[in-house]
Amino acid sequence: MLAFLIRRLVQAALVMFVISIIAFSIQDNLGDPLRELLGQSVSEKQRQILRDKMGLNDPFLIQYGRFLKKAIHGDLGTSYFFKRPAVDVILDKLPATLELVFGASLIIIVFSVPIGVFAAIYPKHWFSKFSMGASIVGISIPVFLTAILSIYVFSVEFGWLPSFGRGETVDFFGWRTGFLTRDGLVHLILPCIALSSIMLPLFIRLIRSEMMEVLESEYVKFAWAKGLQPRRIWFLHALKNTLLPVITVGGVQIGTLIAFTILTETVFQWPGMGFLFLEAVNRVDTPLIIAYLIVVGLIFVITNTIVDLIYGLVNPTVRLTRPQE
Amino acid sequence: MSVALLEIRNLEVRFAMRHVTLVALRDVSFAINRGERLGIVGESGAGKSVAAFSILNLISKPGYISAGEILFEGRDLTKLGPQEMRKIRGNRISMIFQDPMMTLNPVLTVGTQLTECLHAHRELSEPEAREIAMERLAQVHIPSPEARFDQYPHELSGGMRQRIVIATALLTNPWLIIADEPTTALDVTIQAEIMDLLLELCESQNVALILITHDLGVVSQVTERAIVMYAGRVVEEAPTREIVRAAKHPYTQGLIGALPQQTESRRRLKQIRGVMPALTEIPPGCAFHPRCPYVLDVCRVQLPGYSIKNGARVACHMVAAQMQTEAKESES
Repeated sequence: MLAFLIRRLVQAALVMFVISIIAFSIQDNLGDPLRELLGQSVSEKQRQILRDKMGLNDPFLIQYGRFLKKAIHGDLGTSYFFKRPAVDVILDKLPATLELVFGASLIIIVFSVPIGVFAAIYPKHWFSKFSMGASIVGISIPVFLTAILSIYVFSVEFGWLPSFGRGETVDFFGWRTGFLTRDGLVHLILPCIALSSIMLPLFIRLIRSEMMEVLESEYVKFAWAKGLQPRRIWFLHALKNTLLPVITVGGVQIGTLIAFTILTETVFQWPGMGFLFLEAVNRVDTPLIIAYLIVVGLIFVITNTIVDLIYGLVNPTVRLTRPQE
Repeated sequence: MSVALLEIRNLEVRFAMRHVTLVALRDVSFAINRGERLGIVGESGAGKSVAAFSILNLISKPGYISAGEILFEGRDLTKLGPQEMRKIRGNRISMIFQDPMMTLNPVLTVGTQLTECLHAHRELSEPEAREIAMERLAQVHIPSPEARFDQYPHELSGGMRQRIVIATALLTNPWLIIADEPTTALDVTIQAEIMDLLLELCESQNVALILITHDLGVVSQVTERAIVMYAGRVVEEAPTREIVRAAKHPYTQGLIGALPQQTESRRRLKQIRGVMPALTEIPPGCAFHPRCPYVLDVCRVQLPGYSIKNGARVACHMVAAQMQTEAKESES
């Protein structure tokens, strides 16, 4: 277990190193940060002096070396716009995004497993056919369209749900959460549904097809021949085997979900990291952009490590430790 | 006359495909008594496995039993509801599958897979179930059953796994075990061990066995009676000794001729010409006639009925004709 963790940590460090190079090297391609920092009236000479002072005229490797040195100490630079450490700015917005991703994941897990399993067991039932058809529609419609459509229907036409913002949040041990107030929860509904609208159908279809394959396997037939209760065969023998590939895919998809938040947060004016990132791109706030990419990369690496650990616990043929014999 | 443990009468199994309905088993009848060992022999696709699975009503979709009766202890299994059928499966009738690598669930421990079968059929506490499972593991000669109990299938060899499958089949003291090619997927050396074990257990516990195989050698060692199937039909049934020594049906003769003989080395194996027809293209008349060396005109048009003599039966026009002449000769 410990050896596995150490190996994963080394891998993670390597991945983060590569991400930092990529993130840092795009900064020259985003535009001139001075255009946003200074007014039109500032002369070219003064601009050059400021560039020198900021180190923007240094060779790439020296700039990167300086960045890396600070980054190891947790300093990813200072946001040009906010004039605060970029990490702090992002961490302020992190709870909002994580809550959105958490809510969407919850929707995905709660609905995809039962619907996928049902559709696999009773493929000819009208509900199975309906959910298969609906899932195709769900996969095909882009997130921003689902978001706008849901705002139109539930906020504009019916006026049931709020269309933007986080609503009322409370401070919970330094974490601003919308989960603890009614208003915050109401504000979460539409963004979470919009964010899950692509992944949910994908997972329903994945679980259904994996489960159907497992139900045809010899060990499930043998379980029937043993005279077990259908419930035990479906939800223990078959589901456990079905979930193995689903967990693997799921880990990657949680990361993708964070990427999708950029669209969802923009449509719903959700004060999260994704929204912040788009603003940062518009303002050529390079330290903030780099910090965002690195934080998201870190979240990706962490979730994947956790998923690998869970996979090892669920699948006995994967041994996290070396055999004891 | 004693009532047979299991009696199958005129069983017909069909597979409803999109456009056509295929008949996988037609007019299959046979019976097995308590403690008896019956072999079902035939090439791949003859309907052996379908017959076995239909006994437990476990034919995979889109197959279904379209006619006939399966009488087990006097009850017709085809008329039982799902819950009543469940109480028979794994309890009164157990099954052993072909490939032990695929039969055990990879994510559950051996112990779980053993005891769950007991819990499904008996009111037992966990320690009681564990004790019975241990006993059975010892019976199938598994070394250190305590250690195996908490292991996962992938940690065990193929032979070991098949022993565990056999132990599972024996858990509830069933009256009948259906073994579908139980040794085909195993090493030749392990094959004999597993077959001996199965024979020993059936004899000592007076369990009836239906052994499905394409290996006539195994059938002759283990079973007392055998039926030969061809294209979904029983073509011959007789005591195993007679089938091996003096098979009547040309198909059975062909199967026996195809067995490698140790005594005559360097001889090319005889083979039956052609292949078994697919379900979609079963020829009219006797299904075997395109491959039969003794084919008569009547074989091409008329399905042969059974000629019965001394507890054996054969579905062949030629044999029927021979029997008739023999009968006339003995009369005169």
